[in-house]
Amino acid sequence: MLGRTVTHALVGLEARKVEVEAHLQNGLPGLAIVGLADRACQEAKHRVRSGIASAELEWPSRRITVNLAPAGLRKEGSGFDLPIALAILAASRQLPADRLASHAAIGELALDGRLRPVAGVLAAAEGARRAGLGRLLCAAESAAEAALAGIEPIPARHLAEVVGYLRGEYEPEAVEIASNGDAPPVELPDLADVRGQERARRALELAAAGGHNLLLAGPPGIGKSMLARRLPGILPSLTREEALEVTRIHSVAGLLSRDRPLVDRRPFRAPHHSASTAAIVGGGPGPRPGEATLAHRGVLFLDELPEFHRPVLEALRQPLEDGVIAIARAEGRAVFPSRFQLVASMNMCPCGGRGDAGADCQCSSQRLAAFREKLSRALLDRFDLVVALPRPRAAELAGEAGEPSTVVRGRVAVARDRLAGEPLARTDAATALLDRAVERLPLSGRGRARVGRVARTIAALAGAEAVAEEHLAEALAYRSPRELAQ
Amino acid sequence: MKLARSDARFPARLKAIFDPPPGLYLRGSADPELLGRRAVAVVGARSCSPYGAQVARMLGRELAAAGLLVVSGLARGIDGEAHRGALEAGSPTVGVLGCGIDRDYPAVNATLARRMEEEGLVVSEYEAGVEPAPWRFPARNRIIAGLCEAVVVVEARERSGALITADFALEEGREVFAVPGEITSALSAGSNALLKLGAAPLTGSGDVLDALGIDRATPQVDPDVSEAAQRVLALVRDGAAAADDLTVRTSLDAGAVSVALTELELAGLVAAADGVYRAVR
Repeated sequence: MLGRTVTHALVGLEARKVEVEAHLQNGLPGLAIVGLADRACQEAKHRVRSGIASAELEWPSRRITVNLAPAGLRKEGSGFDLPIALAILAASRQLPADRLASHAAIGELALDGRLRPVAGVLAAAEGARRAGLGRLLCAAESAAEAALAGIEPIPARHLAEVVGYLRGEYEPEAVEIASNGDAPPVELPDLADVRGQERARRALELAAAGGHNLLLAGPPGIGKSMLARRLPGILPSLTREEALEVTRIHSVAGLLSRDRPLVDRRPFRAPHHSASTAAIVGGGPGPRPGEATLAHRGVLFLDELPEFHRPVLEALRQPLEDGVIAIARAEGRAVFPSRFQLVASMNMCPCGGRGDAGADCQCSSQRLAAFREKLSRALLDRFDLVVALPRPRAAELAGEAGEPSTVVRGRVAVARDRLAGEPLARTDAATALLDRAVERLPLSGRGRARVGRVARTIAALAGAEAVAEEHLAEALAYRSPRELAQ
Repeated sequence: MKLARSDARFPARLKAIFDPPPGLYLRGSADPELLGRRAVAVVGARSCSPYGAQVARMLGRELAAAGLLVVSGLARGIDGEAHRGALEAGSPTVGVLGCGIDRDYPAVNATLARRMEEEGLVVSEYEAGVEPAPWRFPARNRIIAGLCEAVVVVEARERSGALITADFALEEGREVFAVPGEITSALSAGSNALLKLGAAPLTGSGDVLDALGIDRATPQVDPDVSEAAQRVLALVRDGAAAADDLTVRTSLDAGAVSVALTELELAGLVAAADGVYRAVR
């Protein structure tokens, strides 16, 4: 006697169809799971057995073999509990196998038979839709997330409800919401909270408009992190497509909020500087997405940049260049999207006293040199905008509240439209200025290209017809300073 | 190459000191007679402030432009900046090592040493292979002082090697200048103490030129800069300032201040370090 359910396993962010087959035969009663199941998956045996008993269904006292096909694909996690239980119940004729065939299933079982949500439901639901299955059996908490894939979720709180539904004895409440419904939107920190810091605010606006990476250098406590956290608030909102893409990633990482499954705000990720390379770019046997991928379409903030391990920083060069991270494993390759905007902050010296009139920097020249050498040229070259922030004077802090984020966001959106259109030409005077700057200032060929990019953004923000001298002059003020570029 | 004390090209000023070296090893393409030119030493702390670095560079550039040979110790900080300033003015400069002539010490200044060799000289009293050691640096300082008619101490802590150079210079009757520093900063403690002892305060390269009886070059006329840049320049000349500071005081917007500052930087009127802008004279 054979029972069959369809579910999906994740390879990176991609769902692969997995058929769960249960076969009952005569012999010593017992349950064996085959098909490259990992530890969490092997432990399903105990959860499934208790779950079926708790749902007052019969545990077949036969020899049960469960096969997860294709057998060559590694299966991880607890989402196979529900499909395994359903396959066993179908094999023992406790529910109609033909009805089950038009459903996909995913979910973890509690020992009392309740259904628990798992990570990656959106990707699995999309896989089910592509496989031509119209309905997904899942935990009630996952239903809204599954609905985003354009599939009909069948929410259930308990295994008994799933069985009742498949037998046609029970109709679950319909889930219609395909977005966040009426849950209150998440409040992002507002630029109005920032007083003074005119140059940094301006750089933040330019970063938002041109998608430039931004490095803030200055003594501790002057608001570098505060500024960085306000970048997502002035970026244009995500389109529906982008939001789904981000939601898929966050779903696989198990980070979705239950009330607001659709991630419609640009993510802001700020990993601690002790993070490993795998934590930042992704990795592990399964491979799982790292912070760089979680920041996709949003902002990756590296506070205290020189404190990060050097290999971590070097590993970021691929995503910064290509917008994707390809992780190769013996069993295959996972490609994670990672088109993020990088914002980093650093002190000007190891003790943090430099740039602060009130503190006497005691760093020896060797320590200072070692501190700055941690940042490779190649990495510094990725920052179009570098802003050194000395400690502001009291008079600036007492100033009025700054412009609110909504106003800045409006300007950013207009500039982005303009940048997406015809590329702006550069006036001859501006080119002459740039040539003069290359001669007089320490400015490399790459530096020259960076200044050109930033000048284009400045011109777009100003609504100018062409990139003029003043736009280039301002862009030059945000180049890597000599003390970092030595 | 080696220049023995008996050699006619051995610099006379150095021969005149209390304990001249038996000979000098030279590295570089310049003729040894370069060492006989009128020379000024610019020395100071290795871990200097951005202000000190800027002053050293400015002095190096201006003294070299006035025809003087800039001599220093090729160390990090003030020394290196003084050499760089002289190179900026397109003049040869001389570095005195405290180790064997074949060594690049400190290694960070290896590129600088290469550039100095092209036009100027790197010299040492030690033969190839001699390791740098703490007691060799005071001895090196006596050569720096010995080669020069005047010594300028830019920034020095209380027990700095630059003060040893100044002591040697005083003993040999050479001019000693010190750049006044903030009285609260440990980095200026040594140079300010020197002023108290009677060293001449230096407020511009002209002070050195006057003392050595060299005509000051005609002061540079401000190149044409925009009206906004003029306003910003006036404020920066009152004291070093951050961009935001200037934004508040000029009531221009942040973008316009950046434009003005770049204009001034390109005109060579303003220099930036660690986000703070200072006037360059």
